[in-house]
Amino acid sequence: MGIRIKVEPRISHPPILPLTILVISLSMGFLGIGVLFAFYGINPFAAIWKIFSGSFGSLYGLSETMTKAIPLILIGAGLTLVFRAKFWNIGAEGQLLLGAIFSGYVGLNLGSLIPSFFTVPVMFMAGFIGGALWALPTVILRTKFNVNEVISTLMLNYIAAEILNFLITGPWKGKTQMGFPYTDDLPHHATLTLIPGTRIHIVTLVVALLSALILYVLVYYTKFGYELRVTGDNPHAARYAGINFMKITMTMMTISGGLAGVAGVGELAGIHHHLSYPSSISSGYGYTAIIVAWLAKLNPLMAIFSGIFFAGILVGGDAIQISLGLPSATVQIFNGILLFSLIMGDYFLTHRVRVVVQA
Amino acid sequence: MSRLKRLEMRDITKKFGDVIANKSISLYLEAGEILGLLGENGAGKSTLMNILYGLYRPDSGSIIINGKAVVFRSPSDAIGHGIGMIHQHFKLIENHTVLENIALAYRAAPFFFPTGKAGRRLSSFKEAYGLEVNPDAYIWQLSAGEQQRVEILKTLLLGADLLILDEPTSVLTPQESQGLFTILKKLAKEGHSIIFISHKLEEVLSICTRVTVLRDGEVVGTRERQELDKRELARMMVGREIDFELSRSECDKGPEVLKVKGLNVKGDRGENSVNGVDFEIHEGEIFGVAGVSGNGQQELVEAITGLRPIEGGQVTLRGKEISKPSPSIISRLGVSHIPEERIKYGTAPGLPFYENCVLKQHTRPSFARRLLLDFSSIKRQAKQIMIRYDIRVPSINVPVKTLSGGNIQKLILGREISAGPSLLVASHPTYGLDVAATQYIRDQILKLREKGVAVLLVSEDLEELFQLCDRISVMFKGHMVGIVPRGAFDLEKIGLMMTGLAEAPLLEECNGYPDQG
Repeated sequence: MGIRIKVEPRISHPPILPLTILVISLSMGFLGIGVLFAFYGINPFAAIWKIFSGSFGSLYGLSETMTKAIPLILIGAGLTLVFRAKFWNIGAEGQLLLGAIFSGYVGLNLGSLIPSFFTVPVMFMAGFIGGALWALPTVILRTKFNVNEVISTLMLNYIAAEILNFLITGPWKGKTQMGFPYTDDLPHHATLTLIPGTRIHIVTLVVALLSALILYVLVYYTKFGYELRVTGDNPHAARYAGINFMKITMTMMTISGGLAGVAGVGELAGIHHHLSYPSSISSGYGYTAIIVAWLAKLNPLMAIFSGIFFAGILVGGDAIQISLGLPSATVQIFNGILLFSLIMGDYFLTHRVRVVVQA
Repeated sequence: MSRLKRLEMRDITKKFGDVIANKSISLYLEAGEILGLLGENGAGKSTLMNILYGLYRPDSGSIIINGKAVVFRSPSDAIGHGIGMIHQHFKLIENHTVLENIALAYRAAPFFFPTGKAGRRLSSFKEAYGLEVNPDAYIWQLSAGEQQRVEILKTLLLGADLLILDEPTSVLTPQESQGLFTILKKLAKEGHSIIFISHKLEEVLSICTRVTVLRDGEVVGTRERQELDKRELARMMVGREIDFELSRSECDKGPEVLKVKGLNVKGDRGENSVNGVDFEIHEGEIFGVAGVSGNGQQELVEAITGLRPIEGGQVTLRGKEISKPSPSIISRLGVSHIPEERIKYGTAPGLPFYENCVLKQHTRPSFARRLLLDFSSIKRQAKQIMIRYDIRVPSINVPVKTLSGGNIQKLILGREISAGPSLLVASHPTYGLDVAATQYIRDQILKLREKGVAVLLVSEDLEELFQLCDRISVMFKGHMVGIVPRGAFDLEKIGLMMTGLAEAPLLEECNGYPDQG
């Protein structure tokens, strides 16, 4: 008489299973963070409640959540594209910073050369180009020299951060900032309009929502999306079918990096109005968006909802930091635990575990 | 440990989830017998043998050896009871010698200088069973047949009385297969027992003393050799009558479709895989390429379909020289391709059935309008392929990974034929398929020929080539050693050409074991 645990692959699964697993995975994440709170001597239920009431429970909280959702949706939607083709772009953080730098240059220096009406559109274009330029070398490194893109995209994040540090303490350091390592403030026509009483820069929000929708159509209804999905599913079949890996990867990294760059424009022109330390321009959106894309099951449209969800956790994290005196890293630990349980949950979508009693 | 005299598997049942792989299967085997285990893919042969070899544990039922019930928790338990398994794909280390490989598996080998003791045991076995192989040769230098002999020796050295051979002839030339059969008969005479897994009817009939047929996880029947013929076996295996006669009408040869001249192609490691190959295929002609796998056939096919660069020579399609080949260009010129590894190359398994039905054709105007795909016409196409080629899927929306190998092959065949090719390149189109699916696919290829399509058919199955081809060429070490027209097909001669000895008279000198030099 013995009891064994058997794991076997699933051939098919009931339609309700993905949702069940999602709920269980998220609950496991909350359980994990709850244990952490308990060790800190804080009632876990109160703390988790605080996170969500802080982010979704008030008009102010909600507006802050939407503000932080903008970059997460932009980057997350772009990442669903590249992750689907199994190209692991970990470099959105750096791509965002380059977008901010490029558009910052436009906003600070070209304001007098182009009509003020065009300044913002040109900044968005510059941001897109900046992000895309930071993403493309990794494609060439991967396709021509077989350099792992996880390494190259990650390393480029550090380089981007140091370029920004160099610019704000060196050549671009503002004369009006009383010695702080900031650039000068952008002229008014180079900043984004906010919804009154909030920090929601409405143009970027619209761009984010439209991007998610367009990418959804791109992935599921176009030739490019089809080739992308075939490449991600089976690169050998893609080659057999005459699909050009280099072209696919170039295109999708242009989009992914470009959208991260656009997120950088939003942060600069919508929130900060000047370039400053990398950590204040981005606060880790490029990394959090990885989880956003994953929670969205690599569906660009779902990235809207998962982006808002994770923005809520970020805002709620600020709330517990202030009201419960927890360290700021708590939220990052929370995010990590959530990603971990989501990835584990995926395993149970394709495998089943049974307890067998053997005679 | 006494020798294995009688093995019995009684009421073995094994479920995987809701799928019953083995349903109350019973069989027995006595010393000196060769039991054929016959069945289509998915009939439960492999599961049953994995249970016998200790890789799986049955949900119920028992294994009885010499009258005593035994329980195998792992292969080492099975080996301890004198059971040995020779897998279809050899488990040898290429960069080690024969003796080193054998010593690695040999438990009684001492820690220091293990090869000494193993070597002495080895020579005694070699002589007893005619398993001739050079102990100091490296594995990579050996032919498939010789590697198989090493596997058999390895298993015998572990003290196996019962040998399980899983589709052992799939990698062998006809001569090598005959050699294997001689060895197996000798082993049986010495009191070993053998389970021979196959879905090739002729082989089972020529070597086995008794045959057990499985279908859908159940035993259909067990018969003595003398009670059986091919038709009866096929009926048991498939569950209905199989017509082995394919109608092959006479066709007039049309104009030239493909011309290959002085073709040189390099392999993955930069070696010269195809050396100066010349041939041409006409409309309504099936041109076969025979050969033991690894003699350049795959590289030839890849070069013609644009998957591999051409180093030298010319490939001309309908009079147009292809200077810079790529799969999409060649596909647009009317070449369809059934790839060798269908799961690896032919489909995107995570994508739904209907999306797989237009792979490579998805840019054609009939399936795409500007940037967008036309899903209504794609789904219509998928339904047509499903119905016309009798593909068993619950709906066209299911991912292809849920399909069986036979159904995937029909999907690829249907897709490639629907593309309306003027040349079909088919690599091993029926490899690993069951009898019914095999007959179906061969029939479809013949129908294409009648429609005037040129077919390049690469296969290791000589029976298939003989059935279908107008001409058969043989490749050996990257060269096309000869082209034989229909009417002059001869199993022995083509078999010898496959080993690089083009002429028949050498047969007696090399005693059925042509040297691979």
